[in-house]
Amino acid sequence: MTRLHRADTLLVILGVLLVWQGVFAYAGSTAITAPLATFAYAWGLLAGNFIWPHVGATMLAFAMALAISAVLGVALGVVLGLRRFAGDVAEPLIAAFYTIPKVTLYPVMLLIFGLGLSAKVAFGVIHGTVPVLLFTLTAVKTLPSVYLRTARTMRMPPRDVARHIVLPALVPEIVSGLRVGFALTLLGVIIGEMFASQRGLGFLIINGINSNNVPMTTSVTLIVVVFAVAANGALLALDRQLHHGGRLRT
Amino acid sequence: MPDAGQGAAHATLSGVVRRYPGNPPVHALGPLDLALRRGEFFSVVGPSGCGKSTLLDVLAGLSAPTEGSASFEGAPLRGQVPDGIGVVFQEDASFPWLTVADNVAFGLRRAGADAAEIARRVAYALDFMGLKDFAHAYPAQLSGGMRQRVCIARTLVLRPRLILLDEPFGALDQQTRLLMGDELLRLWRETDATVLLITHALDEAAMLSDRVGVMSARPGRFIDTVETGWPRERDSRIVSEAAFGAITARLWSCLRGESLKALGREAP
Ligand SMILES: Nc1ncnc2c1ncn2[C@@H]1O[C@H](COP(=O)(O)OP(=O)(O)O)[C@@H](O)[C@H]1O
Ligand SMILES: [Mg+2]
Repeated sequence: MTRLHRADTLLVILGVLLVWQGVFAYAGSTAITAPLATFAYAWGLLAGNFIWPHVGATMLAFAMALAISAVLGVALGVVLGLRRFAGDVAEPLIAAFYTIPKVTLYPVMLLIFGLGLSAKVAFGVIHGTVPVLLFTLTAVKTLPSVYLRTARTMRMPPRDVARHIVLPALVPEIVSGLRVGFALTLLGVIIGEMFASQRGLGFLIINGINSNNVPMTTSVTLIVVVFAVAANGALLALDRQLHHGGRLRT
Repeated sequence: MPDAGQGAAHATLSGVVRRYPGNPPVHALGPLDLALRRGEFFSVVGPSGCGKSTLLDVLAGLSAPTEGSASFEGAPLRGQVPDGIGVVFQEDASFPWLTVADNVAFGLRRAGADAAEIARRVAYALDFMGLKDFAHAYPAQLSGGMRQRVCIARTLVLRPRLILLDEPFGALDQQTRLLMGDELLRLWRETDATVLLITHALDEAAMLSDRVGVMSARPGRFIDTVETGWPRERDSRIVSEAAFGAITARLWSCLRGESLKALGREAP
């Protein structure tokens, strides 16, 4: 990171804190806690034992949802990308699905999956799959045909073409899809926990609201946001490297 | 009509026509015949869109002719690229996720060559193509001309007996093209391979080739074949010879009318 980037980052953080302080001044302590008080409370939570089982529950559901989103998104993207016609029919439908507020699907999802882990994971998956799918689909459709012709001049069997040409060519786009899908999957899991669980960070947030525990709600939200922003930053850096150098710099 | 002259031809096209299906179908090529002599350097020139890349696809076995047939070393081609043919495409085909060395080693690894043999051949090809200092670079860090050299090296290490090159120097400036031409001649002499080079540069064709096939506007047919009569040991310095000027002039007089047709005008 250059000095300028650091200055920008600092400015953004300062701005966020100012707005936060402003909202606190306007809405008062029945809605939100002030930045400093929240940091202190969050620190207390992280230093104690109470929050960790909930972090663990959220992370387990999140990891499962992200893995399923990745596998499902890549598989569907490759299949639809290779089957031109199916892809042309499916793409606008998927894009439309992407724009529906997923909250409208929650009642149905609850009826299908009930309460607990599977519902949380399902909420994460419906948020996370689509971006991975769309990025993969576009990448397959724009895969340079000269790569495949090169494979034919080397008489490569289809398995080798998939493994040594198609997959590596798709990796940068899959990482882009995962980066967009990452935050959405986390959001899905947290919302799932709010509606359909007795454990996890989403549950702590909604429980805090129900029991008027404003410091708890605000601190847990802060922890989630910091995690999401940090992960997004790391994935963005990876994404940029893959798109510029076409490779992983290690 | 180019023919084998002496001995059996290395690769042939006979009565080849290629139409691309569509509405209306595009008649891209032929009917034409071609017989490449073993070990010769044959260039194809023609106006853009006349079917040169289509001809290469058919000769490589990448696409089947609509009519007629193609053969390589006596065996007919059937929708597959036979062992012994190497192709360098018009588009950049270097793999951006692999280093230059891994790109060059790609075909050898797929063919299951052993590691020491791969290392030896790759080192030689990198050196030969002037890429030694870039072995660990990625294609994104190279110029277009260097990426094309990576593709040439990747084909070269497989030791093809027939090398097909589709406008490999299209993106280069004139000076670099002449120098790359020298490298190509060196490669040709060293490998004893038969070379078919597609180019839009008449001087390049005149300087490099034993024979130059001149194609008509689409659908491309051979309208003339020029024997250059160059000695096997030659390089870009022959551009200063009188014969070079005469050959280039003959190519141009053939092509002028066809190029005008390709632009939709009549030759005066
Ligand atoms: N896959 C294809 N489908 C339909 N038409 C094609 C296809 N490929 C090439 N053509 C057409 O065939 C003609 C010859 O193309 P090409 O062989 O690429 O010419 P050149 O390499 O001489 O420029 C052109 O008019 C081109 O538009
Ligand atoms: Mg072409």
